[in-house]
Order: sequence, then C-alpha cells, then structure tokens
Amino acid sequence: MAITVPRPNLNWRERLYLPAIAAGLAITIKHFTNMIFGRTKVTMEYPEEKWDSNLPDHYRGAPALVRDTDGRVRCVACQLCEFICPPRAIKIVPGEISPTDRFAKVEKFPDAFDIDMIRCIYCGMCEEVCPEQAIYLRKDYAITGFTREDMVHHKDKLLEIGGVMHGVVLKWNQRK
Amino acid sequence: MNYVFIGTSLAKIIGLLGFVLGLMNYAVYAERRVSALMQDRLGPNRVGFAGLAQPFADAGKFLLKEQFTPAQVNKFYYFLAPCLAMIPAIITISVVPFGSTLFGVPMVIADINVGILFVFAIASLGVYGIVLAGWSSNSKYPFLGGVRSSSQMISYELSLALAVIPIFMLVGNLRLTNVVQYQIDNGWLIAPFFGDWTNPGKWLLAIPMLISFVVFLIAILAETNRLPFDLPEAEQELAGGYHTEYASMKFGMFFLGEYIAMITGSAIIVTLFFGGWHFPGIPDGSHGWIFGLINIAVFFTKVCALIFLFMWVRWTLPRFRWDQLMRLGWLFFFEIALVNIFIVAIILMFVH
Ligand code: SF4
Ligand code: SF4
Repeated sequence: MAITVPRPNLNWRERLYLPAIAAGLAITIKHFTNMIFGRTKVTMEYPEEKWDSNLPDHYRGAPALVRDTDGRVRCVACQLCEFICPPRAIKIVPGEISPTDRFAKVEKFPDAFDIDMIRCIYCGMCEEVCPEQAIYLRKDYAITGFTREDMVHHKDKLLEIGGVMHGVVLKWNQRK
Repeated sequence: MNYVFIGTSLAKIIGLLGFVLGLMNYAVYAERRVSALMQDRLGPNRVGFAGLAQPFADAGKFLLKEQFTPAQVNKFYYFLAPCLAMIPAIITISVVPFGSTLFGVPMVIADINVGILFVFAIASLGVYGIVLAGWSSNSKYPFLGGVRSSSQMISYELSLALAVIPIFMLVGNLRLTNVVQYQIDNGWLIAPFFGDWTNPGKWLLAIPMLISFVVFLIAILAETNRLPFDLPEAEQELAGGYHTEYASMKFGMFFLGEYIAMITGSAIIVTLFFGGWHFPGIPDGSHGWIFGLINIAVFFTKVCALIFLFMWVRWTLPRFRWDQLMRLGWLFFFEIALVNIFIVAIILMFVH
C-alpha cells in the first residue's frame, strides 16, 4: 500500500534555510566550547580513570576458585561446571585426596583446573551449577595476555583471583 | 634567468610544500579532534602529548598496510587516480601569495598574470582523480561516486568562477598579488574597515562582496567534497564512494588530497576576500624580515581559521540529497552569482 508522506509547508523564512543553519552552527560551537573549557564531562579515560568502585554486586567478571576458611580448595572436582560450560572453557583433571589427609572424606580435589579465558563468555553457569559453591564470578574484567597460553587461567591463578570465601557450605566440617 | 631566482624559487617550493604537507597532516588530526569535541567525545589524545604524534602513527599505519589491488581493476588508471587526486590540489597553491617579502624575495612561488584562471584550470583537474578512481575500480559504488563527483564539480565550478568575477571587476587584474595589494590599499573585500572607510561607495560594494563570498565558500565546499556536499564519498549510501576499492597509502592519497584541496581552497578564499597576508597595522616584509615572517604567520592563521570553519560546517550540517544539490547549484547559486555581477557593475558605474 502506498503511503503518501505529508510534507510540511515551509514558510519563506524556513525555506531560506540560513536561520536553521545558523542555529545548528551555534549548537555545535556550544558543545565545542563546553568541551574545551571542561564544562562537559562524558568520557571516562579508561586506564587512568576506572569505574571499579561502582561495579554492581551482580557484576560477572572472571570466574575464580575459592578456598574455605580452613584453607581448603572448595572444589571437589565433580566436573559439573566443565559439563555445563557453554563454550567448554573449563578443563579439570580430578585428583584423589590421600586417606590420611584431614579432609579425606572429601575424596576428590582438582589436580588441575584450567579456564580458557579466550573461550569464557562470563555467563555464570559454572557458578550457578556448582554444588560446592566453589567457583564464583569475580569483578576482574581486564583479562589480557600476549599469547593464547597467557589467557588460560590455571588453578593457582584462579585461586589467587578467588581468595577465601566465608560461610555458606560447611558440610565437610570434622564434626558433621 | 639567474641563479638567485632559481635558488629562491626552489627554497620556496620546498619550504611551502613541506609546510603544506605538515599542515595537511595536522588538519586531519584537527578534524578528528574538532569533530570529537563537537560531539562531546575526546578524539585521538594518546599518541604523544595530547595526541599530537597521531599523524605520524597514521602515516606509518598507512605505509605498512598491504598494497591490495582488486583483480578486475584497470591497473593503469587505478594507480594514476590517487596521484591525480593529490597533485592538482598541491599545484594550485603555487600561485597564491602566502606572504609579503622575506629578504626582498616575494613570497609567492609563481606570480603569474592569469592567477585565478590558473587556479580554476588546475583545480578542476582534481575531478579526474575521482572519476578515474570510480571508473577504473570496476565496482558499482565507486562508479556511482565518480559519476556524482563529475556532475557536482561541473555544476559548482560555474558558480565558483562567476562568484569571483566581481572581484576582478573591482581590482581590474587577475594577478593574485594585485588582488592582495588592492585589499591593502582599500580594505579587505568583505570588511573594508580601513583605507578611506568614510566612502559610502565602498560600503555599498561590501554587500555584493559578501554575497560573492558566501557563494564562493559554498562552491569551494562542493569542490573539495566536504559535507554537506560530500556525495561522491557518501559513506552511508555508497560504502565509501570512489575510494571504496583502494587500500593503504593509495587510499591515504585520496584522503590527504581532500585535505590539501581544503587548504588550497582556504588559501584562495583568504587571498580573495580576507586580504591575504595583510593584517591592519602590521607592515610588510620590506620593513624587516621579522615582519615578513609575521605576514606569513598571519596568512596561515587565516587559513587555519577557515579550515576550522569548514570543519564546523561539516560536523553541523547533514548531507544534501542529490536532486537538492543540483537544484541548489543550478537554480540558486548560479543565478545569485550572475545577478551579483550586474549589481557590482551598476555600483561601480555610479561610484567610480
Ligand atoms: S562463566 Fe560460563 S563460560 Fe565462563 S567458565 Fe563459567 S560456565 Fe564457562
Ligand atoms: S562444579 Fe564446583 S565443585 Fe564441581 S568441579 Fe566445578 S567448581 Fe569444582
């Protein structure tokens, strides 16, 4: 169906265009001078100025492993996160905890735990699926490296980002 | 023909070329910063102090990029086009007096008596670069850009030439140094505040001069493919226009050619309407070499001010539609410039 677009009838002053052009030039020069004299502040110059303190609580940054208050790596190498991770960024090699260990009844721990940060899409599925609440998405977002290998976070790095998590899961306590 | 003449000419050519090329690079930088500031952005401010080394980084990037040549292009014209886009723009500046005298040497490379005709003749060759680029690329968007460019140039060249006729009726000479000399004696053409400023005839003449200036400015905008007349390279419509198929420094040549054309255009406007290197109260170079240098500085300051005006216009106005562009050129500016000639003629008849 053809639609006739109504064209406004301009009076002679509008049809001269010059007032409109002058008004436009005035607007742009106003923006220009405001920027020159620092009256407008829109851009945050990234590496010098950061927004880190304003990141919301639900911010999803780099996934990281956490230790509990006893210093044990919370992860029990159940590999659920490896299974659910949509881009398959996680690779886990489970290891066995020796029977003499204090946490012998946990049975398994991750011998190696790699997250390929080139693949990770920061979806948070791993955090959601983890039965041990051992993996969390932290607020780190500037993940850089010069090689592909640099971009793989190994267990040490993950634990370093993660730090210690207090409370929540206490089922592996000695008394239980 | 003596050696002093050859030596000074060579020195002037090298000096001016170097300076204009430098100015061009910084015009690109300025364009990016000015556009950014007008849009509340910051623009390139990282390379060097406040981004001032950005042009060198850009040049390095352009030179190091792969010289990619599409398979089906007409090789000869494809390589010729970038040169043709840049060279005419550089050549035209040779007749513009960019200063008074320095150590007794007049600061103009070629003080020829056809002055402005030479400018028009050479500047209109610039369109060949664009048309050849569009045609030899063997691709439809560049082709459309080239076709648009040729029709646009032809339309606006008319008003360009007609707009300056009043000046030469007034000055009585085509030599650009004489135009400047006239303005030194009688006041700048669009602002005759000095000389015998009580003469009402001069003020009467300033009105058609202003009309001339506006028409000439707009025609120069069209000639240099600047917004609002950048139809040959309309990014949103033509995927970049005539230089779509060009890469690395060949693209860079088109890009820089546009800026050189802008500098030359500004230089000509300054010479014709703003008194060239003259500034009231500052004597010319015969009073000492320091004044010669100041004259040159005044000239390029005016040029830079006009370049800023070009940028300001570019980042304010939207692009014209094709038919609007043609109607504007043929039905308005052409007629205005034509009528303007008669107005000046009548005024001159009664005043002189
Ligand atoms: S955040 Fe998503 S993509 Fe990244 S490791 Fe966890 S599950 Fe995989
Ligand atoms: S889901 Fe949790 S406990 Fe299981 S392997 Fe992943 S991080 Fe470890």
